[in-house]
Amino acid sequence: MSVITEITLPQLAESQVSATIDRWLKKPGDWVDVYEPICEVNTDKVNAEIPSTVAGTLTKILIGTGEDVPVGTAICIIESEGSGQEDVAPQETEEANHAGTLATVAATTGSDVSMRQRYSPAVQTLAAQHGISLEQVQGTGLGGRITRKDVLAYVASGAREVRQLEKAVEQTSQQVRTTGIHLSESPKIPNIEIDDSYAAGRGETYIDVTPIRNTIARNMRQSVSEIPHAWTMIEVDVTNLVMLRNKYKEEFKKREGVNLTYLAFLIKSVVNAIRDFPIMNSVWAVDKIIVKRDINISLAVGTEDSVMTPVIKNADLKNVAGIAKEIEELALKTREGKLTLSDMQGGTFTVNNTGSFGSILSYPIINYPQAAILTFESIVKKPVVIDDMIAVRSMANICLSLDHRILDGVICGRFLQRVKENLEAFNLESSIY
Amino acid sequence: MPTMSYIDAIRTAMMEEMDRDENVFVLGEDVGVKGGVFTTTKGLYEQFGEERALDTPLSESAIVGAAIGAAMYGMRPIAEMQYSDFMFPATNQIISEAAKIRYRSNNDWNCPVVIRAPIGGGVFGGLYHSQCPESVFFGTPGLKIVAPYRPYDAKGLLKAAIRDEDPVLYFENKKSYRLVSGEVPDEDYIVEIGKANVLREGDDITVIGYSLPLRFIEQAAEELAEEGISTHILDLRTIQPLDKEAILEAVRRTGKVLIVHEDNKTGGVGAEVAAIIAEELLFELDAPIMRLCGPDVPAMPINPPGEKFFLLNTEKVKAAMKQLAEF
Repeated sequence: MSVITEITLPQLAESQVSATIDRWLKKPGDWVDVYEPICEVNTDKVNAEIPSTVAGTLTKILIGTGEDVPVGTAICIIESEGSGQEDVAPQETEEANHAGTLATVAATTGSDVSMRQRYSPAVQTLAAQHGISLEQVQGTGLGGRITRKDVLAYVASGAREVRQLEKAVEQTSQQVRTTGIHLSESPKIPNIEIDDSYAAGRGETYIDVTPIRNTIARNMRQSVSEIPHAWTMIEVDVTNLVMLRNKYKEEFKKREGVNLTYLAFLIKSVVNAIRDFPIMNSVWAVDKIIVKRDINISLAVGTEDSVMTPVIKNADLKNVAGIAKEIEELALKTREGKLTLSDMQGGTFTVNNTGSFGSILSYPIINYPQAAILTFESIVKKPVVIDDMIAVRSMANICLSLDHRILDGVICGRFLQRVKENLEAFNLESSIY
Repeated sequence: MPTMSYIDAIRTAMMEEMDRDENVFVLGEDVGVKGGVFTTTKGLYEQFGEERALDTPLSESAIVGAAIGAAMYGMRPIAEMQYSDFMFPATNQIISEAAKIRYRSNNDWNCPVVIRAPIGGGVFGGLYHSQCPESVFFGTPGLKIVAPYRPYDAKGLLKAAIRDEDPVLYFENKKSYRLVSGEVPDEDYIVEIGKANVLREGDDITVIGYSLPLRFIEQAAEELAEEGISTHILDLRTIQPLDKEAILEAVRRTGKVLIVHEDNKTGGVGAEVAAIIAEELLFELDAPIMRLCGPDVPAMPINPPGEKFFLLNTEKVKAAMKQLAEF
C-alpha cells in the first residue's frame, strides 16, 4: 500500500507569510530521499531549498514555478512506495498556474481554513483514483476542509478535464530563462561528466551548477552590477591583541569550550566603530538611505564548495566572549549544512576573515544590499618603525569594499581609523567579558 | 397491512409460534396469570394453559437454568427476564452453559432457548429497571443477540429466535412497547438473524444504531433533510453476530459514520462496530468515527432531570449528526 504525503510550504521565518517557487529540483517520477531538496523557494529575504519530509516518489507538483503561495500550501505530492504512477503522467505537472487555483486560494484564505490541508483517507483515496490535485478543489467542510463529497462533486463537474486541456496549451510555451539553469530542468547535486569524445587526451569536465552555487552566482552578480564598489585598506598593529589572546586562549577554551579567535576581537572592534559611524550600517533605497539601528554582523563562512553568510544578531550587545561563541556555533552549523533561514537573515554589515586562508589583501564583493564589507587579513610579523626605531610587530591588513552611492572615502577612512584604534586599544588588561 | 405496537408484535410472535409448535412455551415471573408486568404475555395463559405459560419463583438463575435443560431436551422455551437488570443472576447459566453446550458436547447437544429481556430507560425506573446489559453478553461466542427496533422486526426476529437451534438473547426495549408502532404483516414470516437493515438512504452521513435510539435518529434525519443533510440509517437488528457487510456498505456510502446506542460508550457494541470500520475501511473514511452513547456512569438516575441527562433524545442525536455532517 502506498502512502501519499503532501509536502507543504514550511514557515521559514517567523514573519514569512508566503514564498515563490523559484525552481523545482525534482520532476514527477523522480525518487526523493528524506531531507533531499525538492525545490527552491524565494522569500522576500532569502532563497531556501525545501527538503522533502519523506522518502518516496514525487508524483505531482501542485505549485508551478514562479507562483507565490501562502505558507502551509501543499506544493507537491510524494508517494512512498511508488505505485499509482500510471495515473500521474509527467505532463500533468505544471498545472498550478491556471486561474482556478488562484480563485480557490483566494476564496479559501478569507475565512477559517484551519482544516484546509487536512485530508481524510477517503479524500486522498478519491484524489489518487481520479488523479486530482486537491489544491483545485473547493472545501465546504469544517474549517475549509475538503470533504469526500467535495471531491466527488469536483470529479462530476469535469473541471479536471478542462484543467488538463489548459495544461496541454501551456506546455507549448517555453519557460523563460532567468539564471544559468533552465527552470524546467532539475539541476542536481554536481554531476561530474568527462567528455571523452573531445580531442584525444584532454577532455572537458562539466559540473552541474548546484542550487547553492546558483544562488551565490545570482547574488554576486546582483551586487556587482547594482552597487558601484570602491575599495580601501588600512594596516593595523595587533601585537597587543596577540598577547591578550595568548593570555586567555587556554583558559577560555577550558571554560567556554570554544576557541577565542582574533575574529571575535575584530568583530567587537568593527561593531563599536559602526556605533560611532552608523551610516556604515545602511541600505541604498534609491530615494533614501535606510540606516539600520540593529547591528547584525553577517559573517562569511566558507566551505569546500560554497560560502554562506550567517548572522550574529545584535552584535553590539555582545561581548568578545559572546561573539566568539556565536562565531563557533555558526561556523559549525555552516559546515554541517544546518543553517536555517533565520540564521541567515537580518545582516546589516559583513565581516570576512580572509586571513584564515592566508590572504593578506582582498577585494570583497559587498553582501547585497548592505553598504560595506570588511575583511581581516593574515596577521604577519613585520619590521615597523616606532619612534624612529625598528621593531618587530604583528601587523594585519583590513580591507573595506563600500557602496559608493552611500559612502565616500572620508567617512570610510574615519571608520577604518576607528576600527584600527579599537583593535590597537586591546592590551593585557582588557576584559573579554 | 395492520399497524401494530411493538409489544403487540412481540406478543403476536409468541402466540403464533406457540400455536404452530407445541414445544414452544414461556416461563418467567408473573408471565402466566398476570400476563407479565408489561402485559407482554397477556392471553397466553388463557390460550395455552398453565403448563405453557409458567409462573416461576423469583429466581432468574432457575428460570434460565430450567429453560436450558428443557431446550436441551427438545423443547423451545422462551424465558422471560422481567427486567434485563434482573438477568445478571442468570449470567452464569447463559454464558457458561447455554453458550457453550454445543461446543462442550462436541455438537451432540444444542440449546434452542430464547431469553427475552426488556432493556433501556426512560420509564423512571432508576437503577434496577433501566439498564442496557448488551455489553455484558456481547462478545460471548455461542450466543446470538438481537435487539429489534421496528415492530416488524420485533415479530420476525422473535420467530426466528424461537426457531433457531442455538441460544438467542432477545433484547426488547421497554420504552418502545407502546411508543413505537408500525406495519406488521398478518402472515407468518421471519427476519433472519444476523442481517442489518437500511432504514433510510442518504449520502451525507451514515448513522448506525439498534433499538429505540433509531427512533431519534429517524426523526433527526427527517429534520436534517430540511437543512439539506441526507442521512443513511442502518438498523443493526442483530448485534451478535454483527452484519459486517451491511456495516461496511453503509459506511462506504458516505465515509462519515455515527454509531448510536443507549448502553454506555466504553466497551459497548459501538466500540466493536467502530473497530470493524477502522479495520476495513480506513481509506474510505472522510471523518473520524463518531459515537453517541450513554455516559459512563454507574446507573440511570431516578430523578427526572438526571434521567433526561442520561438518555439520548432527538436533539442530542441531531446535534451529533449535524456535527458530523459539517466536518
